[in-house]
Amino acid sequence: MEKDIKFFTNGKRIDGRAIDELRNIKIEVGVFKRADGSSYIEWGGNKIYCAVYGPREAYPRFLQKSDRAILKCRYNMASFAVEERKRPGPSRRGVEIGKVTQGALEPALLLENFPKCMVEVNIEVIQADAGTRCAGITAASVALANAGIPMKELVPACAAGKVDDKIVLDLCKEEDNYGQADLPLALLPRRNEFSLLQMDGDLSEEQLEEALDLGRKGCLEVYEIQKEALKKKYVKEDVSNE
Amino acid sequence: MSSVLSDIKKEYMISLLKNGKREDGRGLNDMRDLKIELGVANKAEGSCFVQLGETKVIAGVKCEVGAPFPDTPNQGVFTTNAELIPMASPDFEAGPPREDSIELARIVDRGIRESGAIDFQKLVIKEGELVRVLFVDIHIMDYNGNLFDAAGIAAIGALYNTKMPVLDEEGKKTEELMQLPMKKIPVPCTYAKIADSILYDPSMEEESVMDSRITATTEDNGRIAAMQKGDVGSFKKEEILDIVRRSKVRGDEVRSLLKEKFSEMR
Repeated sequence: MEKDIKFFTNGKRIDGRAIDELRNIKIEVGVFKRADGSSYIEWGGNKIYCAVYGPREAYPRFLQKSDRAILKCRYNMASFAVEERKRPGPSRRGVEIGKVTQGALEPALLLENFPKCMVEVNIEVIQADAGTRCAGITAASVALANAGIPMKELVPACAAGKVDDKIVLDLCKEEDNYGQADLPLALLPRRNEFSLLQMDGDLSEEQLEEALDLGRKGCLEVYEIQKEALKKKYVKEDVSNE
Repeated sequence: MSSVLSDIKKEYMISLLKNGKREDGRGLNDMRDLKIELGVANKAEGSCFVQLGETKVIAGVKCEVGAPFPDTPNQGVFTTNAELIPMASPDFEAGPPREDSIELARIVDRGIRESGAIDFQKLVIKEGELVRVLFVDIHIMDYNGNLFDAAGIAAIGALYNTKMPVLDEEGKKTEELMQLPMKKIPVPCTYAKIADSILYDPSMEEESVMDSRITATTEDNGRIAAMQKGDVGSFKKEEILDIVRRSKVRGDEVRSLLKEKFSEMR
């Protein structure tokens, strides 16, 4: 962990950002034909695709719930998405991220509309550069909207963290690898509640509070980008139909 | 597709094909729109995105260093892997590679290997001990028919796009980058047979009713590097020769598009 890195120069971070500044985020809606909903997100150096299938009959059968649909989330990284080739196929890390992604997205969805069905979310990381789970959740929420899955709200996600004893927003690779804490968050903006919360590192109670506040601010910015992406998609389609 | 539906669909397609027409309006020899983009994933040493109609695939190359195979001590190691990820189709499932993805990877692999596209001898660092190990991983993102050609084009595109660190005699990475030693541009062309018609670049609908298919990989000089018949049907000799002739022409067209992309890159 320990490495001599100068995290701040004249108050700016390694990649030139301010303490509370997000990396550049670009979201595209409806990028695949086959999927019922899809999206593509570029977030800093992350490149992630998301495809949603469903609602359709849940299988294996024993997974069906008589009062609601189940949400399956699969997070996968391409073998060429990282510096050292990742062995293709499921990894323990990927399985866990899939699970917390499901937990982050599910509270926003009206799954009770579709008993015995399943909705599947596939997140595919093509290029990884710190913060893939948050970017994945952000993209997945947009893809779910694109698939027409009824929802109460979108789910934006963003990490806060600590480097050099300072709380910063949206860790970059160096900050993630050599920083002091990482706190990935997803927000339900209308309820003002967090649906993803993970933490590793070292934070005091005050720092945690500061990080949650900063993370929330980041999520709300991401939320605006999600909404813009959806508007752009559907406004454009209206024009072309005329 | 249920068998009744696919029977109806097949009859409809056959009736169209009798007049040399296809469901999507293409002629028998027409390819869907082909889009090639190089360098789409910068953690990979080389990468290529290919869109063929609505089929989308991404190939990435990773380079490592390792021991050569005992029977080829003076050659680098090359592995092709294809992932039919659940993202690409409601019918693909997660898990270890199944028959389809293994066949796909092997068809792509054979085309590249047998054409001599890569100069394997230049991948040796220390004969018998240390060589470059190349992985081409092909991700199917959106499956809408003819993965063979899309994957094959993406793989060769990613290899030509590859820049890897120059190694010293110990196999340690240096700062300098070099391109992969490439010699040829093999291009796979896939034909589906439906009743008596043979059509290039089958769409997903055509694949769902086809009797059989052949993928022929040609190289720059018009030679055939690899072939594979897939599915249950059969071909006459004349049909096979016809496919090969058509593959050369179509292969050359794809090759010139690839060459254009390669020259833009340099």
